[in-house]
Amino acid sequence: MRALDKKVLRELWQMRGQALAIIAVIVSGVTTMVMFLSTYDSLIQTRENYYAENRFAEVFASLKRAPEHLLARIQLIPGVERAESRVVAAVNLDIEGFNEPVIGKLISLPDAGDARLNQLHLRRGRFIEPYRDDEVMLSEAFANAHRLQPGDHLSVIIKGKRKTLTIVGIVLSPEYVYQIAPGAFFPDFKRYGVMWMGRNGLASAYDMDGAFNDISLTLGSGAAVGTILDQLDDLLKPYGGYGAYAREDQFSHRFLSEEVRQLRTMATVFPLIFIGVAAFLLNVVLNRLINTQREQIAILKAFGYSNAAIGLHFVKLVLLIVLLGITIGVALGGYWGRELSLIYMEFYRFPYLHYLLRPSVVVVAATVTVLAAISGTLLAVRQAARLSPAEGMRPNSPVVYRASLIERLGLQRFFSQPTRMIVRHIQRRPFKSLLSVIGIALAGGIMMVGNFQEDAIRYMVEVQFSISKRDDLSVRFTDPTSRRALHELQAIPGVQHVEVFRTLPVRLRFEHRTYRTALEGVQPEGELMRVLDTRLQPVALPPQGVVLTDHLAKILGVLPGDMLTIEVLEESQPVLQVPVVGLSKQYLGVWGYMRIDALNRVMGEGEVISGAYLAVDPQARGEIYAQLKEMPRVAGIVVRKSAIQSFYDTMAETVLFFSFIANLLGATIAVGVVYNTARIALSERGRELASLRVLGFTHGEIAYILLGELVLLTLVAIPLGFLVGEGLCAFLASQFKTDLYRVPLVLESQTYANAAAVVLFSACASGAVIWHRLGRIDLVSALKTRE
Amino acid sequence: MSELAENREVVFHASGVTKVYQMGEVQVHALRGIDLDLYAGELVVLLGPSGSGKSTLLNILGGLDTATSGHVSYHGRDLTRAGDRELTEYRRYHVGFVFQFYNLIPSLTARENVAAVTEIARRPMAPERALEVVGLGHRLDHFPSQLSGGEQQRIAIARAIAKNPEVLLCDEPTGALDSATGIVVLEALERVNRELGTTTVLITHNAGIAEMADRVIHLADGSISDMHVNTVKRAARELSW
Ligand SMILES: Nc1ncnc2c1ncn2[C@@H]1O[C@H](COP(=O)(O)OP(=O)(O)OP(=O)(O)O)[C@@H](O)[C@H]1O
Ligand SMILES: [Mg+2]
Repeated sequence: MRALDKKVLRELWQMRGQALAIIAVIVSGVTTMVMFLSTYDSLIQTRENYYAENRFAEVFASLKRAPEHLLARIQLIPGVERAESRVVAAVNLDIEGFNEPVIGKLISLPDAGDARLNQLHLRRGRFIEPYRDDEVMLSEAFANAHRLQPGDHLSVIIKGKRKTLTIVGIVLSPEYVYQIAPGAFFPDFKRYGVMWMGRNGLASAYDMDGAFNDISLTLGSGAAVGTILDQLDDLLKPYGGYGAYAREDQFSHRFLSEEVRQLRTMATVFPLIFIGVAAFLLNVVLNRLINTQREQIAILKAFGYSNAAIGLHFVKLVLLIVLLGITIGVALGGYWGRELSLIYMEFYRFPYLHYLLRPSVVVVAATVTVLAAISGTLLAVRQAARLSPAEGMRPNSPVVYRASLIERLGLQRFFSQPTRMIVRHIQRRPFKSLLSVIGIALAGGIMMVGNFQEDAIRYMVEVQFSISKRDDLSVRFTDPTSRRALHELQAIPGVQHVEVFRTLPVRLRFEHRTYRTALEGVQPEGELMRVLDTRLQPVALPPQGVVLTDHLAKILGVLPGDMLTIEVLEESQPVLQVPVVGLSKQYLGVWGYMRIDALNRVMGEGEVISGAYLAVDPQARGEIYAQLKEMPRVAGIVVRKSAIQSFYDTMAETVLFFSFIANLLGATIAVGVVYNTARIALSERGRELASLRVLGFTHGEIAYILLGELVLLTLVAIPLGFLVGEGLCAFLASQFKTDLYRVPLVLESQTYANAAAVVLFSACASGAVIWHRLGRIDLVSALKTRE
Repeated sequence: MSELAENREVVFHASGVTKVYQMGEVQVHALRGIDLDLYAGELVVLLGPSGSGKSTLLNILGGLDTATSGHVSYHGRDLTRAGDRELTEYRRYHVGFVFQFYNLIPSLTARENVAAVTEIARRPMAPERALEVVGLGHRLDHFPSQLSGGEQQRIAIARAIAKNPEVLLCDEPTGALDSATGIVVLEALERVNRELGTTTVLITHNAGIAEMADRVIHLADGSISDMHVNTVKRAARELSW
């Protein structure tokens, strides 16, 4: 090995503490980048394979009821490759040993032969035997939640009629990668299940003999989706079509795409921060190194080393650090990427995982890191390469200190000499001090992002379920029902209060923009369901007109005062013109709201309701559930509190995982910045401090001069870190804003406290190491050599 | 001197060399028109008070710095017009330096410090051999911090001679050493000059050292104030100060 390369290795070893801190930051950056990007690729790839293998449909539509022969006409729409009709039924379930209401969706399978589209992936058991009307297959999430096995029995209430089915298989479906009950906001596998049974059996139980109420299509390549949707809508309209939609709008697919998009954002934001900090640290460390080596550089040049050779020498040092970081980062990123992909796979119920770590991901991560490192150190290296030998031979001109702000304000008598040294030192290098402060602030910011997720979700749930929807349970009828049902519900013992609602599937249209959602008619001055204005205050709905979720108004481009076209996708499918009279805020989903009487009036339908919100006596819950379940028109019952609890339970683990990772990463940056800043200060001022020791200063006194500066920088950095954290969270919130949900920018004081605490702790740990080093400072050798 | 001039090849030829440092408003004239020839194989001592321009002259001869005006040539090759690349090449293959503060690379051992130079030279001697010449064959694997000042300076000399340079430029090589150690270092330089025939320029404040020179040049305030050939050249061992 060449002598100069040995110099690189030895010097790297001598500054191993600093190098290690920088490597840790680089490793964090590369790991997050590789982890997120490989998970992203894997999810996309797995989803593509799964969709293709199981023939996931490209167009979907549901309708009230159409005769089976309509299928042939649908099949004839140009561009349609395959079409399959199904019967889909909303049902109530009875699960032994589980007293709460459980709702489900029963989907038909062809009685003989495989399904043409949306094929199931069998996990356990077997498929339904041809023409059996008493066998059922369950989605795995639901089966697992209740520990149901093939061979167990299940009691299903279809249109008020009880039917006992035998479970024969446990399956996964590309249609229900993300499983959520209609109108619910998060998955609840205990209280919502997707199931499949033979077409004949289901049709006769659901009054759909020779008919269907659901259709899916795949398209030939190059087919124009828009026109096919229009043609399908035209065909289905006479049969109560609820509007056809393409795969992009299929709920499970939508949700998954959203998640995948978020991964991409994370894969950009986090690594950029780490790699930026690493570049800054490398810059600081290399600058210092080159400064202390001015004479060595001059000597090497005096002996004929070229500028390029000197430049390369330092570049090698940087590259060695960076390559170590990249190697470890790629290895860890690959490992964690697989783990994270597995978590996603389980959460989203993919049958398998195609883990994919593309070489291009590694190349991108490595290139970005190397480029950042080189550009961060370019100036320092250039300075080294350009240093004229005669110049380098002379000692550095003495550092210029100036009277600090303290002296200029005439405040010196209030500050001790060491304190004034601290202030002067910071003031001499304001830019470098600022960068250190920014580095520490970024550390704090990253930790805040880790906890932001939890704060935001808690707040979303709080707004949705404590301020807006306050029912104990809600009941939904199979068909629109007369308001008289209200009295039946009120008559159930234990029911304290009932409020009715009317929901209509609609397509909203303003100018050329349309959006499919639901319109909810609510009782004026209701207590259980309150519409919130944009300041989250409950508002009284005006006697006429529609109030839209603010995000929906943005999507449609409408303002209060505009006239909105509402195409109702139910009953006679009337097209209504209703003015927008206000905006409301909600974080989950987007809806339109009207007073129920106003809605009934524009529909011209009399006093009709779709369901009711109930407040009940907790003691009587069991009997109330039992009674409701047996009411023939009840399609589903949702219990609010248990839904929330189960949501928190499923979330707790992921949230913990994320905030742990974020804290670890934040601490890495904090230690990296504080430790390096301190080490460099120590090397710059070692002689000065040693001289002070010679003059009789104590260990504590010189430590104060050095560490006091760090304390000051850290204290400035913490509030700045709060701002950085808020900024990062605001950015992420704006990135994650969709019609599915909007993430509110809410940060609890605990989140701030946690970030500050970890930063302080990291700073103290670094300070302790420096304190220890100061204790061993060599007074003799520090004074022996010249500098 | 006439004898030298007739028989020996001119290594350096300097004429009218000036060096002016611009210090903000003030101009510092470090060299004011130096005319000088240096001959192959001679050992020249540069004397002069502090600030008289000795180091400046040496740096210009060694291609570390360039003159403000005037000409310096090395074997007929114009150094004043050479670019950075050419000067680097010149230093790499022709010149060896020894500095007052040794300037070894602390992270490399004695052997490696020498190797750092031999690796880029054309006809180097083995680093071990160079260290032997300065009497340090037994301290090959010591780091500079584990050696005394005199030993460090001898490593610096070994480093300077290891590439078999044609000229050896030494700026106060004994400045930081006591006289006994200084003499050991001077003996090493003398031996290199005698055995390898290396043209040697040696800056010192110490008039006693001048007695080992072939020729002594006095600088004062940027000009040559005196120059004489030593009729009796004494061995370094016999010097004292
Ligand atoms: N980079 C510089 N900028 C300004 N002036 C300089 C510079 N380098 C040297 N000088 C000035 O040039 C003059 C000659 O300096 P030089 O270093 O050659 O002196 P010297 O004879 O080697 O002195 P010493 O014996 O103290 O080493 C001095 O007045 C010095 O102040
Ligand atoms: Mg000098």
